[in-house]
This record gives sequence, C-alpha cells and structure tokens, in this order.
Amino acid sequence: MSNKSLKVNIQKKLKEFDLDVSFELKKGCLGILGPSGCGKSMTLKSVAGIVDPDSGVISLTTDNEYVYFDSDNKVNLKPQKRNVGYLFQNYALFPNMTVEENVACGLSKDYDEKIVSEMIKRFHLEGLEKRYPRQLSGGQQQRVALARILAYGPDVLLLDEPFSAMDTVLKGQLRMELVNLLNGFDGFSILVTHDRDEAFQFCDELLVLDEGKIIAQGATHELFENPKKVEVAKLTGCKNISKIDIIDDFHLKALDWGLTLEVSEKISSKITHIGIRAHDFSGAEKSDVNAFETANSKKLEMPFEWEITLPNGLWWIVDKQIREHDFEIPKYLTIDPKNIILLEE
Amino acid sequence: MMDWSPIFISMKTASLSILITFFFGLIVAWGIVMIKNDTIKSVLDGIFTLPLVLPPTVVGFFLLYIFGVRGPIGKFFIDFFTIKIAFSWSATVIAAVVMSFPLMYRSARSAFEQVDSNLLDAGRTLGMSEWKIFWKILFANALPGIIGGGILAYARGLGEFGATAMLAGNIAGQTRTLPMAVYSEVAAGNMGEAFNYVIVIVIIAFVAIFIMDYVSIRKEKQWR
Repeated sequence: MSNKSLKVNIQKKLKEFDLDVSFELKKGCLGILGPSGCGKSMTLKSVAGIVDPDSGVISLTTDNEYVYFDSDNKVNLKPQKRNVGYLFQNYALFPNMTVEENVACGLSKDYDEKIVSEMIKRFHLEGLEKRYPRQLSGGQQQRVALARILAYGPDVLLLDEPFSAMDTVLKGQLRMELVNLLNGFDGFSILVTHDRDEAFQFCDELLVLDEGKIIAQGATHELFENPKKVEVAKLTGCKNISKIDIIDDFHLKALDWGLTLEVSEKISSKITHIGIRAHDFSGAEKSDVNAFETANSKKLEMPFEWEITLPNGLWWIVDKQIREHDFEIPKYLTIDPKNIILLEE
Repeated sequence: MMDWSPIFISMKTASLSILITFFFGLIVAWGIVMIKNDTIKSVLDGIFTLPLVLPPTVVGFFLLYIFGVRGPIGKFFIDFFTIKIAFSWSATVIAAVVMSFPLMYRSARSAFEQVDSNLLDAGRTLGMSEWKIFWKILFANALPGIIGGGILAYARGLGEFGATAMLAGNIAGQTRTLPMAVYSEVAAGNMGEAFNYVIVIVIIAFVAIFIMDYVSIRKEKQWR
C-alpha cells in the first residue's frame, strides 16, 4: 500500500519550447497548473500514451510495477494497455452511441450488465440510458464520460481541464460532484488546469508549469501561501506584483507603485519582485507602518465585493454584503509587513 | 423495339464498380489520414485525385496503355488467363472505378478528418482495439459523409463516357452502356430512341440518390 507510486520523467521537443517534466506521485491528486500552451496537456497525453515523448520513463507501481514508457529500454505501451482513464475537455463521448453503449464500450465483449447499471445509478443517469450524447446537458455529458471511465476501472485518472467549457453555475455543481468522486477513487489522479481555484480545491500537491518547465512543485497550500516566484504568484492569483529596489534588510522600494515598504522577512539579494494579494490591504492612519494615500482611487461594485484601483495601479478587493451599495474608501491604506510576498524572477 | 441491353450493362457496371470503389476508397482514405508525413500525403493525394481533374479521354488513354493487349497488365492477363480486358465488359467496370474513385476517396477522407480525433484517443484509452475504433467510432461517425461520397461516385460511374469509350469501346450488347447508347442513337439520328434511354438514366440516378440520401439523413437524425 505504502509503496504505490506513479513516476513520470519525460522530455519532448515541441515547436515553441522543450517539454521537460519530472514528478513522482505517492497518493491522491496532483494538479498541474499553468497558462494555456505551457505543455500541461502534452504531459497528460504522454502519460495516457496518446503522445510519445522523445525520452524518459513513465511507470506505475501498484501491486506490480508497470512500465508504460521507457526510452532506454524501448518500452512504449499502447494506450489500450495502460489502464488509464482520460477525461477529455469536450468529454469525447461517442455521438453515435447511446449513454448505455458509451458506458459499456470500454468493457470486454462478455461484460457484466451489472457494471453498467451500477455506473448509471452512481452517476444519476437513470432514465437517460437510451439517449444520445447530443440530447444531454453539459453536466450530464460529463457524468456519462466519468461513468464510462470508471466502468473501465482505471489505475490512473487523467483530467484535462474538466470545467473549461462551462458556465459558472454548472461549474459550481460539478466541482462538488468531482471532489466527492475523487475522494472515493482509490488510485492516482492528475488534474490539468489554468484555474487556480480548481487546483486549490482538488489537489493536495501542485506542479506549476511554464513553457514546458516545472517552475514550482509542492503542497498546494504552501505554494499558495509562499509562491516564491513571480510566475507562480501570478498563476496562484496574486493581483499586485511589482519590481523592487532593496533598501536594507527589511525595507524596499516598490518601483511600479512608488511605495517604500517594510517587510517582516529578511530580504535576500535574489529577491527582485514583491507580491501583495488584493484582499490583504486594510484601512489605516497616516502614521501606521506601510501606510499610503488613496486619493483619486476608482471603485467598481461587484455583487459580493468592491474592486478598488488606486492611481498607482494597486488593486484592493473588499468583501461586502449584497445589499450594501455604498463604500467610503479610507484615506490611508496599509499592508501588514508579513503579508508582503517576496518573489524571485 | 427498344434495345434493353444498355440498361442491363449500365446497371451491372455501375453496381459492381460502386462496390469496388466504395471499399477501396474507404481503405485508401483511411490510409492517407493515418500517414503523418505531409509530403508523402500530398503526393499520394495528388495521384488519387488525378482522374477527377484530367479529361476522361486522357484517363482512358492511360488505361488503354496499361490494360491494352500490349500493356503490362493487359498482356499478363492474356498470357496467363487468356482473358482480354480491353474492349470487354470488364473494361467498362475498370473505367467506371477509376473515374469514380476520386469522388469516393475525397469524400471519405474529409469525413474521416472531420471526426474529432479525441474520440479515437478516447477509444484507445478505454482499451478498444484499433479495428473496433475504426468501425465503431471512425466509420460510424463519418457515415453520413461516406454515404454522400458513395452517391457521387455511383452517379459518376453510371454516367461514365470518355474513359469507357477509350478502353471498352462501344460494342452493342457488350460494352454499350446507357451514355454510349444515348450517343450512338443521337449519332444515328434516332432522337426518339435516345430520349427513352435518357429517361431511364434519369430515373435510375434519381432513385439511387433518393434511397441513399434517405438512409443517411435518417441515421444522422437519430443521434441529434
């Protein structure tokens, strides 16, 4: 049980950049976070066997060790032999087959009817068995795709941007469903996404990719709290990022905003930027640490928050109630020195 | 009294040639879709499409060159099977197949290419064999387009004239197909006879297209 693992170490030359990814998954769900076209789908497809890497090793250890791909020993298992489930962005349901046929199509010829009816029940698809995919809603389609994958009984679940093509309401519902499903799934899963919320919700561990290279790797909470690098800070949703000049060990000048700020952590010479999350500001007196003026700020009302843009380009987001429609911007704002994130380029 | 033999000859020729064209067209289209090298792909595509753009008589000329008594294949058949291909009924089939092939091949190819490649990959990750993927996913989802190609190819085979004239000639009762008969009757000044054949050919063409269209529309409607 304890020595289960999924090892991936692959290299592939692509047109725009070279993909070079390596990780080992011991349990649960790994998230691959990155901007579009950073090689994250390519990584997923390599694990599934749809795309062949140029070199490297992909192996899965459960009770036995299965080598999916090993360029040195010329091993390259067909996707059919890898026992992975791949959830495509558009679900890739077979339009010419009914829900039932779709769910059953990964099973052997003399399959057990029970498996199909169990999956239909588990994914609340009763009554839709004879429908064709085009007659289903987006949510139902995703459930059919998941039922089809789980009926097949994969060791590894690969989820390729499962919510990218959905409206917000549906997204919320399906996220809950998928979280429940992943919690009940006894195997490895990899979720590829460009959405920080999805990565945060689903994954215990994260891998941040940019132009085919891993730029950060670690526990999800840690990466969000301390992103360390500019790109990671951006991807984890840090709205305010500025270049800096170091003044002394605990003081710096934020060049983009024209502010001199105090930080709680000693600034090493590698630090080139700082980040401040939009929620982290608070109202202040002129004499407070890190206080600055807010004159000429613009405010924008959202249903549950105020978005405030300062003349120097800083973003401040304040939570509000739906019935509140007035907000007085404090004369001075401050940022707690411990909430300033030190970043390297 | 009208000579019925052109009708039978045309029906036989068009039916056999569409069978051959249909399956070869499918296989070749699939093969071309699977080729990854773009240069090889376009060269082969050019060769298979050539009969569509060349004048039929030029295609007939090439066919005569290959299947004629002194041509490489024609000579082989005479020497080993004592079968003469040129100016026999089989020549009408060869001409119809070659002329209708590009229509079938191109329609099938674009129908295959329009099938979302994720579907094929999904099939693979679900453990389906390549054979099953071809028939149950690729072929099944490309079917409306493939049937469309079949209709065009059938119509083209039925109306084949130029290449047939070159390779099969215009021998009454043997190689005189409907289009040949129309030509011969008009040439002999028998407009009435020609008109009868014209009516027959219009009816056959219309019925065939109607049946095939009906099948493909019904199939498509079912999924939507």
